[in-house]
This record gives sequence, structure tokens and C-alpha cells, in this order.
Amino acid sequence: MYEGAIQDLIDELGRLPGVGPKSAQRIAFHVLSADAVDVKRLASALQRVKDLVKFCTSCYNVAESEQCRICRDPRRTNEVLCVVEEPKDVVAIERTGEFRGRYHVLGGAINPLEGVGPDNLKVRELMTRLSSGEVKELILATDPNTEGEATATYLALLVKPMGLHVTRLASGLPVGGDLEYADEITLGRAFEGRRAV
Amino acid sequence: MTGFRGRLTRDDAVVLRVQKLGESDRIVTMLTRRHGRIRAVAKGVRRTSSRFGARLEPFGHIDVQWIEGRSLHVVSQVEGVDLYGKRFLEDYPRYTAASAIAETAERLTPMEHEPSLRLFLLTVGALRTLAAREHTVSLVLDAYLLRAAAIAGWAPALRECAVCGTKGAHRAFSVPAGGCVCADCRPPGAARPAPATLALMSALASGDWATADASEPGPRNEASGLVAAHLQWHLERGLRSLPLVDRSVARTAAPDLDRTLDPTGKDRA
Ligand SMILES: [Zn+2]
Ligand SMILES: [Zn+2]
Repeated sequence: MYEGAIQDLIDELGRLPGVGPKSAQRIAFHVLSADAVDVKRLASALQRVKDLVKFCTSCYNVAESEQCRICRDPRRTNEVLCVVEEPKDVVAIERTGEFRGRYHVLGGAINPLEGVGPDNLKVRELMTRLSSGEVKELILATDPNTEGEATATYLALLVKPMGLHVTRLASGLPVGGDLEYADEITLGRAFEGRRAV
Repeated sequence: MTGFRGRLTRDDAVVLRVQKLGESDRIVTMLTRRHGRIRAVAKGVRRTSSRFGARLEPFGHIDVQWIEGRSLHVVSQVEGVDLYGKRFLEDYPRYTAASAIAETAERLTPMEHEPSLRLFLLTVGALRTLAAREHTVSLVLDAYLLRAAAIAGWAPALRECAVCGTKGAHRAFSVPAGGCVCADCRPPGAARPAPATLALMSALASGDWATADASEPGPRNEASGLVAAHLQWHLERGLRSLPLVDRSVARTAAPDLDRTLDPTGKDRA
């Protein structure tokens, strides 16, 4: 365990996919001993990818144009809207082949410990989409863990006055897991057996 | 490599925070009974087949065994003592308050492995009380924050002047001075809270729930503001979760849309 900035960097690196605590430590100390110019170039590369990548203006999924492939598809119904945390959850649900509606990507879950509240997610945007009245069913497909469940609870209360049919994926998904790790069959079943909240 | 590497340790703990690590692991920050705050990796916990299941979710009281490592420990076994987190899932205000309790416990234990039995017992007790739904969310949270500050050595003066020590119920409250201040010691900019607010803070600090439960919304809001200001004065930086605490009393009825969209404390002092 280190103190201050170096531990912060190790923690951040350790959150990256495939980077374990030992690699995180190794990379952090490499950065520490590297040339300031090289570190600056790395930092700006990270910043640029963040600035240049596009998100669908309707659902906030990753997109190559104004709207993502799913939002552009005229064969899908606007009556069912599925709320997920991340673009990778869209991929996981698409794999099941069970869903023919549209998505809304929140960009995470409410997590006060990380300073993430409703204002930091695409919650206002969701409310705007719902205000058109076209959506009849709202599926809350946030992760089956504490943050995901609390986010679903928050959204269910928020949209209650709108009189929508609000559903949550059926149990069978293990609590504490990530949606993306559920296999297609389990996730498909959870989708089919979704319950009203 | 240290001589401790690979040793198994067992203790009971409360889960303060979980963070994603790599593909399917999590770093779990826990406050243990005898070993202070520790951080351990829970391997594969995000996979559907994980043997840990929901036992390492935030806010749970657990019986845990870990393998000591050089920079991070590794969780080897875990049993639930009482998984409070489950009971906050369908109660958003309680979830936000539990988050603030957990963040405070983490911030008050800046050094890992430094035992703090009193803070551990207070934290488990606060989560248990929050889960039991016997008292209003904001009262449970403010009582915790006051008593946690006292354990850290920052108890606000409530029954005497913070500067000269003169006993009595003084009317002014100064965050930089450390609590209530008498008319002589009152620095410029000191707040003048309602007497009922200071009485409520005394009740919360001493565990007088009868008085606290009987308090009115006005003093409650004012007390929440003073408690938050007092605690955050002593911490290097503010608590991230505190502005996100939903202090609305009942959220079972249809919520007011505007306020719900901005739960950052319009109803707080
Ligand atoms: Zn889209
Ligand atoms: Zn004085």
C-alpha cells in the first residue's frame, strides 16, 4: 500500500479491464519514472479518445453516426424501452435475441460513494424521452447488484406518476454479478420472465 | 515479499465499498473488528458462477477470511452475519444514507490495519438501525456522523462553550470554533440556530432517541446542515456522498418530479 497520488493511480489503473493489482503497480511506477513529455502524450491520447468518440443522441449507446444502429432500425418498436447501465449491456441483451424494443444507456449506476448521483447519469434525458408518451413499457435492466438495484428503485419511483408499465428482469440473475456475464439463456429467461415493479 | 504473505486471517467486518477490478474481480474495502480497515480482492465475484454471491455487496456485516498479500489481500471465504445492503435496495433514501455512513467510516480510517473497535461497532450499529427502519433516515445518519466525529476526537461542543468551556446552552454555533460558543467568545460569522436544533444535536450525540424522534422538520434540517459542516471542516475534503443523500421522509408516495431529479439538498439547511 502506498500513499496519495501513486496509490490513486494504482487504484485507477487497477480498475481497467484485465489489469490486476500487480500490473497496476508496475504501470504506475513506470509512469512515475517516465519522461514528463511521454506522460503528457499518454494523458492527451486518453483525453482525445474521450473527446472524439460518439454517443447516440437518442439512447447514448456508442455510435458511429448521429444515431446508433438500433435507434435507426425501423423494424424495432418504440413502445418498449430497456434501461441499461453501459453500452456493453446492450450487447449482452442483443445476444439473447429476446428484445425488439429500444434502449436507454444511463452511463452507470447511482453510486454516492463514487460521487455519482442521478444528475451524473442520463436520467433527465430518459424523462424527456418518456414524456412523448410513446413508451408503454419500461424495462429496468440495471446490474443485479446493490448499485444497480438502488438505481432501478430510484427510477421506478421517478416514473411512477407517468403511469407506465415498469418491469425489472426476473430473478435467476445472481445478485452481485454483472449483467454482461450472464449467459444468453439465463439472461433471455430473465428477460422473458420480467416482473412488474 | 514479507513474512506475512500467504497467512490466513479471519475477522468480522462491514463492507464499505466495492470497486471493479479487471475483468471480473472487485476490490472490497472493509472495516474489520480487530484489523481496522482493509482492502482485499474478491476474485471472479462479478461472474454469475461466483461462490461469493451477494455476500460481498456493500453495507453487509460479514464473517470473512482473507489471505494476506503484499499490496492487496485476497478474500478466501465469506459468510453473511447480516447483509444489511439487501434491505436498502428498495429504499433509495436509506441506500444513500448507508453510502454516506460507509464513506465516513472509510475517511475516518485513513491508515489501513489500524484497529478502531469503537468505529467498527458504531458503523455496524448505524447500518443495523438504518435497516430496522425505526427512525427517520436523516436522524440515523446525523447521529452516526456526530458520534463518528466524537470517536475521531472532534466532538462538537454542545453543552458548553467551545472556546472558554463555560457550561450551559449557548445560542451561537461556530464551525471553525468547534461547536456552541458563548456571547463573549462568539466569532464573527457564527450561526444562530434555533434552540431546538442544538437540543436535537445533543440528543443525537447522546443517543436520546425519544427526544430525537419527537423533533420537528425545521430543527432536523438545520441540525443536518450543522453536522455536515462540522464534520467536513475536520476532513481534508468534503464527503462525496453527503450531497447525494436523499433526506425526504417518505418516498412511497408519488415523488415531486423536480425535487427527485435534484436530490442534492434543496430541503437541507
Ligand atoms: Zn441509439
Ligand atoms: Zn466562551
